[in-house]
Amino acid sequence: MIGGLFIYNHKGEVLISRVYRDDIGRNAVDAFRVNVIHARQQVRSPVTNIARTSFFHIKRSNIWLACVTKQNVNAGLVFEFLNKMVEVMQSYFGKISEDNIKNNFVLIYELLDEILDFGYPQNADTSILKTFITQTGIKAQVTKEEQSQITSQVTGQISWRREGIKYRRNELFLDVLENVNLLMSPQGQVLSAHVAGRIVMKSYLSGMPECKFGINDKLVLDKSGRSDDPSKVSATGKSSIAIDDCTFHQCVRLSKFETEHSISFIPPDGEYELMRYRTTKDISLPFRVIPLVREVGRTKMEVKVVIKSNFKPSLLAQKIEVRIPTPLNTSGVQVICMKGKAKYKASENAIVWKLKRMGGMKESQISAEIELLPSDKKKWSRPPISMNFEVPFAPSGLKVRYLKVFEPKLNYSDHDVIKWVRYIGRSGLYETRC
Amino acid sequence: MTDSKYFTTTKKGEIFELKGELNSDKKEKKKEAVKKVIASMTVGKDVSALFPDVVNCMQTDNLELKKLVYLYLMNYAKSQPDMAIMAVNTFVKDCEDTNPLIRALAVRTMGCIRVDKITEYLCEPLRKCLKDEDPYVRKTAAVCVAKLHDINAQLVEDQGFLDQLRELLSDSNPMVVANAVAALSEISDTSPSPAAQMEMNQQTINKLLAALNECTEWGQIFILDALSNYVPKDDREAQSICERVTPRLAHSNAGVVLSAVKVLMKGMEYVGMETEFVTTLQKKLAPPLVTLLSSEPEVQYVALRNINLIVQKRPDILKHEMKVFFVKYNDPIYVKLENWTSYPSATQENIAQVLAELKEYATEVDVDFVRKSVRAIGRCAIKVEQAAERCVSTLLDLIQTKVNYVVQEAIVVIKDIFRKYPNKYESIISTLCENLESLDEPDARASMIWIVGEYAERIDNADELLESFLEGFHDESTQVQLQLLTAIVKLFLKKPTETQELVQQVLSLATQDSDNPDLRDRGYIYWRLLSTDPAAAKEVVLAEKPLISSETDRLEPTLLDELICYIASLASVYHKPPSAFVEGQALVVRRTQLPVRSASGEPGATGATESPVPQQAQPVQQQQSVIPSHDTAMGDLLGDLLSMDLNPQPQQQMSMTPAPQQDMGGMDLLGGGLDSLLGGPSPVAGMPASQASMGGGLGDILGLGISSTTYVPPKQVWLPAPKAKGLEVSGTFSIRQNVRYMDLTLKNNAMAPMGDFAIQFNKNSFGLSPASALQVPSPLSPGQTADVTLPLGTNGPVQKMDPLMNLQVAMKNNIDVFYFSCLIPIHLLFTEDGQMEYANQTSDRKVFLATWKDIPDSNEVQKEIANPNQLDPKGISDKLQQSFIFTIAQRNVDGRDMLYQSLKLTNGIWVLAELKIQPRSPTMTLSLKTRALDVIPQVQQAYELIIANM
Repeated sequence: MIGGLFIYNHKGEVLISRVYRDDIGRNAVDAFRVNVIHARQQVRSPVTNIARTSFFHIKRSNIWLACVTKQNVNAGLVFEFLNKMVEVMQSYFGKISEDNIKNNFVLIYELLDEILDFGYPQNADTSILKTFITQTGIKAQVTKEEQSQITSQVTGQISWRREGIKYRRNELFLDVLENVNLLMSPQGQVLSAHVAGRIVMKSYLSGMPECKFGINDKLVLDKSGRSDDPSKVSATGKSSIAIDDCTFHQCVRLSKFETEHSISFIPPDGEYELMRYRTTKDISLPFRVIPLVREVGRTKMEVKVVIKSNFKPSLLAQKIEVRIPTPLNTSGVQVICMKGKAKYKASENAIVWKLKRMGGMKESQISAEIELLPSDKKKWSRPPISMNFEVPFAPSGLKVRYLKVFEPKLNYSDHDVIKWVRYIGRSGLYETRC
Repeated sequence: MTDSKYFTTTKKGEIFELKGELNSDKKEKKKEAVKKVIASMTVGKDVSALFPDVVNCMQTDNLELKKLVYLYLMNYAKSQPDMAIMAVNTFVKDCEDTNPLIRALAVRTMGCIRVDKITEYLCEPLRKCLKDEDPYVRKTAAVCVAKLHDINAQLVEDQGFLDQLRELLSDSNPMVVANAVAALSEISDTSPSPAAQMEMNQQTINKLLAALNECTEWGQIFILDALSNYVPKDDREAQSICERVTPRLAHSNAGVVLSAVKVLMKGMEYVGMETEFVTTLQKKLAPPLVTLLSSEPEVQYVALRNINLIVQKRPDILKHEMKVFFVKYNDPIYVKLENWTSYPSATQENIAQVLAELKEYATEVDVDFVRKSVRAIGRCAIKVEQAAERCVSTLLDLIQTKVNYVVQEAIVVIKDIFRKYPNKYESIISTLCENLESLDEPDARASMIWIVGEYAERIDNADELLESFLEGFHDESTQVQLQLLTAIVKLFLKKPTETQELVQQVLSLATQDSDNPDLRDRGYIYWRLLSTDPAAAKEVVLAEKPLISSETDRLEPTLLDELICYIASLASVYHKPPSAFVEGQALVVRRTQLPVRSASGEPGATGATESPVPQQAQPVQQQQSVIPSHDTAMGDLLGDLLSMDLNPQPQQQMSMTPAPQQDMGGMDLLGGGLDSLLGGPSPVAGMPASQASMGGGLGDILGLGISSTTYVPPKQVWLPAPKAKGLEVSGTFSIRQNVRYMDLTLKNNAMAPMGDFAIQFNKNSFGLSPASALQVPSPLSPGQTADVTLPLGTNGPVQKMDPLMNLQVAMKNNIDVFYFSCLIPIHLLFTEDGQMEYANQTSDRKVFLATWKDIPDSNEVQKEIANPNQLDPKGISDKLQQSFIFTIAQRNVDGRDMLYQSLKLTNGIWVLAELKIQPRSPTMTLSLKTRALDVIPQVQQAYELIIANM
């Protein structure tokens, strides 16, 4: 298993070093710095083998986190653990930065002691960790009941929720967050498109509520199809969607999903990600980008880009940004656009065009003249035009059908819970080649 | 919130100052000081001098402070073992604390302190903690057993911690189960001892599967990894495991998903080949694998490396998911590069799309990525014939870009396309020739030269082109030189009149001015061919070439199968077996073979033996042969003279002759050897006098007819040449002078000399292992055969094999590592002290009889065996004795002779036998009794073999 975990700043100075196994020596700390952080060429793999020692690293802002091992460990586990570690640290002290890590190094060591034992990851659920690893130090006068409550939660079957939570108002917030990814050819052919969706929940519920969640997944609807109104399905045509694959938070009973296709769970308290899913069929692409690039001689280029919004006119897209790459030898750019603001950013080698909002079924365009310095360097690789936006609907067509809450022990029912649902579609990698 | 200040203390005299603060009365100041110490420790400063002062802070109610002190202890205890003892009392006390968090903390930390004296004190508290009422303590204690095992394996076994750990597998708390599984897996991974192996039966599997649904994400990974090592009894069980693991594919933790994929990939091998179940399972595997590709880039990378393996093993899985592998512009380079190799194969339907993508990539910036893309275009052409033309035109477009590395890579690729589709695309040669000057990489130059030589008759100025290369002949790399030589010879054969001068020039360059033996050899061959029989030369040089296969970039099937068993692990990321990057002798690989199917598809029906043998450690370094050559010759000569298999190795001589005679010349050796063979007094003194083989052997040796005392089966081919790149291995086993040998014949059927031989055995049922390094006359030149003997020991690592006598062997040479397996004849394992006393002289107890009765009747197996030569009891008895089956008593009942016999195996198993011999009958009845029923069929077989063959 994991032999040690190191955290470095961007200069390669070690901020945290925790060694779990005897086969990892202090020289491992230096080996990683020399061969990866200070390497002449950028490393070409997140896994590096140096003298029979394997280093797994991730980089968050300018902090390097590295796990070291000499064994044939589960690589998926190690990276998942590193990401989890980042998540835990963020929830304790916010952004991962050198200052924050230095300020909290005692806490980090305490966490590392708890969530990795002999290199084996243990319970790393922040909500539970926070019950007994606190910055103020655990109170010495904890009652015996409280102690055993902590330990049973750490090891228990429902390790993500403690008992005895009470709210005056039982409330639920449900966010359907989708990232729509697109790769389109210059001719407007969709090369690949998929939606990576997340369902993020904030639950403020008392007791140990049992929840049941339903979406318009084709599989589920087809299965229980008869009970639903058949006319409704046919009328809208697209009332159910085909989900390629989904993954769930550990609170969801996977075997139940496998057999009955029902999503049932006891939720963690507060905010968490219930589900992730992926769809590739029938995606409604909110925008279409039509590029036109013309090279006029060796020192001039003309670019025209049209964007078309493709959703209900009543809806409004926000935070629209189109990024048009320019060659490295650009010497000057003249931009003309009717709406929004456009600027040539030399440092980023791109023209950035921003629009605050745009209604559905509209069209907008930008044109630019790019002057080039004559250069005999190799051909410009023409990176794709990328786009960012936010729309108030789910491009995959996903709809929440219900979310039922049962708490048999406390006397509140499903009707007493206030539920909020929100749909947000954002651009993921939304690119059009030009 | 200002802990960062601790990092900034760089004053001189700091240690002294800290010392003062550590001993301060104020709690706060103490804590501050400890924090400073830890910060210094992190940065790499040596603060071990503060050991006693820090340990003094240990006695505190403040848990945070306590944890810091423990952290310090873990780091420095090893360098100050005597001081560390000071801490023991506190640990032991803490292990009794009422707070379970403190109990667990104490036991957790104690396991991390690698000081022998502390370890002794750890045993008692650990035993208690394993039975603690609180699951948190139990789960911590479970991991602690693994820690202790790492420090002192023997102690763990002696103290019975393994049994306690096994009990925890049935614990009510899933996290305890998971940690116990993790600890047990690690122990059985690293320990050679059979006691430490993790026995898994149906019951444990069920418990694990139950815990799987309830434990944390990490626990699920531990359990899945352990499950993947289990070999199901039949396909029904395999199927039910698969069914219960499938839901894990929807877990959000990629580690869980990958480990579940591993279990399922292995499970599918155990379930029948083409069943509906496998088909549906394959369908279920695709979406989660694709989902992994939308996680963080590092996880994506791991997933892609694994998908690469999975697609090679089961190409159907991602057949329809090609689009997800399209590269995104902003992907990190390692993800981009990997996407390539993972590409599910191009087919006729999707080729247009794939090609368009590939062309797009070939104009990117990253050199490696572009090269890979160009190569991929070539692969498409070779694979999909209908697409070849489009591929070629795409490649031509790329050549027009004149980007140097693109052009070079394209030319290499086009050469392969020419080979695959001869006489189809030669029209493009002229375009290629235009780029001749820009080629500066050996690969590209060699490819271009090959093309010119191959199509010399169609290129008007072929001779000029080749001549231009010839100018700098000596500066070229060997690859280019060889290619140029061949190309010019080809050209000569096609256009003899104009190119005579050129060919003479190149031949003399190759044979006279070069010191590269390969080049000279090839030059001479061509020269002689051309001068003796030009017609033959034409046939040889211009012979039709075998077509090239489309499946380059693929792993060898045996390696692939092994890696499938390591899905999710580092091995799957490196695409190398763990032995290639994990250190340690003790590393013993568990069952990592996929089951091998017979044609009928019945799992494990044949117990087939072709499966890959995981190597236990790195290939053994070959020992330098130290025997002077004349000695070897003498030995061989001697051997021939005596028609005896005298081995010329020093070890062997040691066992034959006492040390002082070893260095003497041939005559002495002869004398010494003969003396020992004749049972002369002095040389034999070193051997046990009771050696039965000597008695039996003596007569034979005087007749000079037989080379060894026990029966030696004829050599069998264990590793046919085509499977081992030309190395053929055949062999057998024998016992000579009380030493067990593996007799091997190595034959080099390849074209190149072989050397650097080494051998390794996998764990096997009887712990056979090589007692010395393999000594092969090196190099073994092509066509040469070498007889080699390898002395064997019987105290290697043990693991029960199926079939029992199976021995898996890895043999290495300078070319590769090869795996084969063979069956050990059981009589190889009979020991010379297998004669059970009939009666104990002192107590007058009838040992044999008592033992016979002691073994339950259910353990008796009868069989008719043949007696083809109708030997009499005396003859049989003598014969068997030579193979260490000892006759203890003989009776005559109703005209039938009864022989009572015993034998003992190297691992101490006794087998008792009763042999009923009917005079003048071709068969006899053999009853065997033993506590280990597994060996009976083998022993019966040994009887038959020995009696029939000697």
